Amino acid sequence: MASVWEYANPKKFIETTDRILPWVAGLAVVTLVGGLIWGFFFTPADYRQGSTVKIIYLHVPSALMAINAWLMMLVASLIWIVRRHHVSALAARAAAPVGAVMTVIALVTGAIWGQPMWGTWWAWDPRLTSFLILFLFYLGYIALWQAIENDDTAADLTSVLCLVGSVFAVLSRYAVNFWNQGLHQGASLSMDKEQNVADVFWYPLIVCMAGFVLLFVALVFLRTQTEIRARRMRALLARERLS
Amino acid sequence: MELIADNLAVARGGVRVLEGVSFRLAAGRALILRGPNGSGKTTLLRTVAGLQPAAAGRISLDREAMAYAGHADGIKAPLSVAENLTFWARMFGQAGIDTALTAFDLRGLADRRAGTLSAGQKRRLGLARMIVTGRPVWVMDEPTVSLDASAVALFADAVRAHLATGGMALLATHIDLGLPEAAVLDVAPYRATAQVGDAFDADFDEVAA
Amino acid sequence: MIALLSRDLALAVRAGGGFGLGLAFFLIVVVLVPFGVGPDEALHARIASGILWLGALLACLLSLDRIFALDFEDGSLDLLATAPLPTEALVSVKAAAHWLVTGLPLVAAAPVLAILLNLPAMGYGALVLSLLLGTPALSVIGTFGAALTVGIKRGGLLMSLLVLPLYVPTLIFGAEAARRGAEGLDWTTPMLMLAGITCGVIAVLPFASAAVLRVNLR
Repeated sequence: MASVWEYANPKKFIETTDRILPWVAGLAVVTLVGGLIWGFFFTPADYRQGSTVKIIYLHVPSALMAINAWLMMLVASLIWIVRRHHVSALAARAAAPVGAVMTVIALVTGAIWGQPMWGTWWAWDPRLTSFLILFLFYLGYIALWQAIENDDTAADLTSVLCLVGSVFAVLSRYAVNFWNQGLHQGASLSMDKEQNVADVFWYPLIVCMAGFVLLFVALVFLRTQTEIRARRMRALLARERLS
Repeated sequence: MELIADNLAVARGGVRVLEGVSFRLAAGRALILRGPNGSGKTTLLRTVAGLQPAAAGRISLDREAMAYAGHADGIKAPLSVAENLTFWARMFGQAGIDTALTAFDLRGLADRRAGTLSAGQKRRLGLARMIVTGRPVWVMDEPTVSLDASAVALFADAVRAHLATGGMALLATHIDLGLPEAAVLDVAPYRATAQVGDAFDADFDEVAA
Repeated sequence: MIALLSRDLALAVRAGGGFGLGLAFFLIVVVLVPFGVGPDEALHARIASGILWLGALLACLLSLDRIFALDFEDGSLDLLATAPLPTEALVSVKAAAHWLVTGLPLVAAAPVLAILLNLPAMGYGALVLSLLLGTPALSVIGTFGAALTVGIKRGGLLMSLLVLPLYVPTLIFGAEAARRGAEGLDWTTPMLMLAGITCGVIAVLPFASAAVLRVNLR
């Protein structure tokens, strides 16, 4: 069995992702379109929340990916710090804007949902507040990457920021919980099926979540490839200048 | 004690500028680096001083043996000359600053605020710092900038006194210091072969891979 | 280490050292807030602890870029890196000096400024204690931000963007403890959490600060 670190080689990474990217992207489209149509048109309206409940098919998967994208960046940063694979640093860099957009989608859909439910677009509810703070972390991370010219330095600094930021993000989550108990329905709409999401909502939701995961993977592959190709091009141009 | 650089390569901003630099510097000897602007003298000195990692190769002494003087003197304008020197002496665990004040003729200026010194006087203060470090290897980048002829003579005397006590000096300079015993190393032949980019980009170079 | 601390303190109190600027900023924030929210004194009393915490936090933030920038520009930071002092100790001393110069005066000034905002009498103890426990965390976290951005020209705004999210837990527990004190509630839990955060960042964060400072200096 070949080592997983083989894929840290840029060439191998591009070859492999080139082969699987169409499948991942295609599956993402199929699951997203399928899951959303199923969720929007073929599920009953909730007896309390009416049709507004259907926004969960966007809200929950994007919130899930907002957190998972940060976790992926954390893992990639650790790999960079320990093994110094350039592809790993670039993958973390590539994932950040995707995660930030997921966070925005979660926040906006949350606000749209909150208006009819709570009678307000924005409430300083712990979950919403935590996502807002997470968004600030994404912004800082992206801004730091852009502020530094030398890629090695930028990769080092952003990796440490990602590590420290992760600790503080968790701390903030607890602090915000402590600060305001909140209006948000408990853990109902996350992974915990038993609680109060009926099967009829749950199955299309799973499909949508799978769709968002696939979409995220496809986007990160694509963006990492772009980063790699940009550097290949720079290397080729430099080589041409030399000869 | 001996300073040996073995097949050293140094990089600026991730791009190698010098390769295959080797030299030996015995106790009591000085080595003067020469080369045109941008040839990598500063980068080599910073690497030897331990301020940045070498891209390849080995240096026999670690940074604990080095005292470095670069283009900036690290002088705090609000503090007096004596306070500036005392601070560095304490940071390096040394006691007196008298020798240093005398060697660079700073005695009369000891109580002046460093911010009011002329450029040459500031430089003398920056060089006096080398003495209070108590370190055996002086690594100096263009130490004589803005010094007048008599100050250059003071500096040469200080280096000679340092060498006489078994110290070493590695310096980059363009002018004649009056140190005929010092060896000279021209860095031009060690210029690194041109590369396609910094270390990060080079990993993505298909042709090389 | 003591040499470095006393030099930084001496530099801060000499001309142009910026000592007192943070205090003046703190005063101005507290003076401006009533203009912004109206002259309702009952409202002032209710938000006093939060305003004082926020003012102290912003005053800390403003002075962060001085921690390394001045030493970086005049070359001292390179020379300090060659001195027989671990980088971890260097950043810890820098954070301590920042706290002594900025944080501690803010703690001392807060009760005076609290009078301007009609803070209820029973709130003073919790306010001062929470600031005393919390401002060291602000200095240590700020030192990390300053070390991250030391090589970047005009990095002040970027540093604010990086540091402010990291200040969230400290602010929440600190302001919560002070608010509970002002309302006569039990403030033990947030105060202990605040103390925990401060101890935690003092113990761990200097390693991260030293790591990024070494990256920026190479």
